[in-house]
Amino acid sequence: MLIKKSSDIASSEITPQSIYKQRREFMKGAGLLVGGSLLSGVATAQSGDALKARAPAGLKTSPAAPWLQNKFTSISPAPDTAPFYTDEALTPYDDVTRYNNFYEFGMDKSDPSSNSGEFKADPWSVEIAGEVGKPGVYTLEDILKPHDLEERIYRLRCVEAWSMVIPWIGFPLADLIKRFEPTSKAKFVEFETIVDDETMPGIRSRFAIVRWPYREGLRMDEAMNPLTLMAVGLYGEPLPAQNGAPMRLVVPWKYGFKSIKSIVKINFRETMPNTTWVDLQAREYGFYANVNPAVHHPRWRQDMERRLPQTLFDRKVIPTQPFNGYGEQVASLYKGMDLSRYY
Amino acid sequence: MKRVRVLTFFLCLIPFLVLVFKVIQSDLGPDPAKELALLTGEWAINFLLLALAMTPLRQLSGRIEFAQRRRMVGLFALFYASAHFMVWVVFLLGLRWGAILEEVVERPYITVGFSSFLILVALGVTSPRAMVRKLGKNWRRLHRLVYAAGVLAVVHLVWIVRTDLSQAFIYGALLVVLLGWRVLFARHRVRGAV
Repeated sequence: MLIKKSSDIASSEITPQSIYKQRREFMKGAGLLVGGSLLSGVATAQSGDALKARAPAGLKTSPAAPWLQNKFTSISPAPDTAPFYTDEALTPYDDVTRYNNFYEFGMDKSDPSSNSGEFKADPWSVEIAGEVGKPGVYTLEDILKPHDLEERIYRLRCVEAWSMVIPWIGFPLADLIKRFEPTSKAKFVEFETIVDDETMPGIRSRFAIVRWPYREGLRMDEAMNPLTLMAVGLYGEPLPAQNGAPMRLVVPWKYGFKSIKSIVKINFRETMPNTTWVDLQAREYGFYANVNPAVHHPRWRQDMERRLPQTLFDRKVIPTQPFNGYGEQVASLYKGMDLSRYY
Repeated sequence: MKRVRVLTFFLCLIPFLVLVFKVIQSDLGPDPAKELALLTGEWAINFLLLALAMTPLRQLSGRIEFAQRRRMVGLFALFYASAHFMVWVVFLLGLRWGAILEEVVERPYITVGFSSFLILVALGVTSPRAMVRKLGKNWRRLHRLVYAAGVLAVVHLVWIVRTDLSQAFIYGALLVVLLGWRVLFARHRVRGAV
């Protein structure tokens, strides 16, 4: 398979050096500013010229617990090298937080940000279950305590052929998994999103055809890959509800629907879990769902993507890369597999 | 008479002006191409169904004005369908002309949408009075294809719906009413003649 090197990204897609340096400097300073204020997200979003134009007006984020906000005062900045970093232009905060697929809050892209006002990300607990040495129900604080937060700038490619570049805050999923001591039988990890019909109006909708809870899964080696991130924030801020507060998965080489939001259960199992989209339409969505320009979704092509925000005068329709450009890190996981069959 | 025509023209143009305004204001969100494709497609179907409603409206109201405006409304359906097609080619396919054929062949929902568009083009090209005279009897036959265009357009819409079926249901119901009316009316007329 032909795998592009990360150096193949066209120079036109790259943020001018001056702006990105400015942004990097800003991120280093941002740690001082955070201190639990809403302002840091706004300020960060304003640090690049491209972002300035779209500075969020009255942005609404779900208030994170004070202990969690405290954790955000020391974030190690992203290294300046791929794969944990890319200097492609960031998608502005405003777009990242107002253009979401999160059907529990409604089916339109703007529903999650407008309908998630009631959502409570605190208190929060996560059940660890299945083939694991230390099962149990843990508070989010216990889950996060030993982990230092770091920033990672990843491309996010949605199966609907649009993409974003997002500065996540989180820690490697592998570090979390090791703590709970999975047994030798743990071949897959299954995740579940919270179901709360009181605060998630999409769940009450008569037109929804999803069987809740939303479920996703990874093979163990995918889960342990250093790229796989457990995210708790973006743009230096705790995650807003619509982006999966308080804790979500980020698997940058797979289509966005694999990066499950608002996780309440992590289940280790011997067999491949049944995931929500495979359940809905097995012909259109596979378990692996690796970004693959060679395998088209039956209803739209996957060899290019609209990098958001698109404007009609600057269309930014760019070629999609195998494994979303992370092939050097993950292609070996699928050696010998027919990826047109295991899509 | 002329005033009614001018008024209809500007009424039909309003959705387009609203779209232009939204484009200028950058009021289409972070994924404007997709939004624009949805809106132009919706308006194309709205006008197509409206054109199909003109004859029943004339028969119900007895007002000839509806029949006189049918051509203009139909041409606006073509206008919005062309806008929809252009948005798809320019903004969603990124002007990769080679991809058009591939899409039309490989994706059934595009095959039906594109067929509907081609029918509208054929009807639009043959809409001037000179063409009506030239084609004679065949003009009527050709223009019956508008029913096929309507069905294909609605199938195209229903096919791309991922999870929310409400819109597909409404358009489907409207189409059934408009086509059903013709069946009933034709039967009624036949019986009346006997």
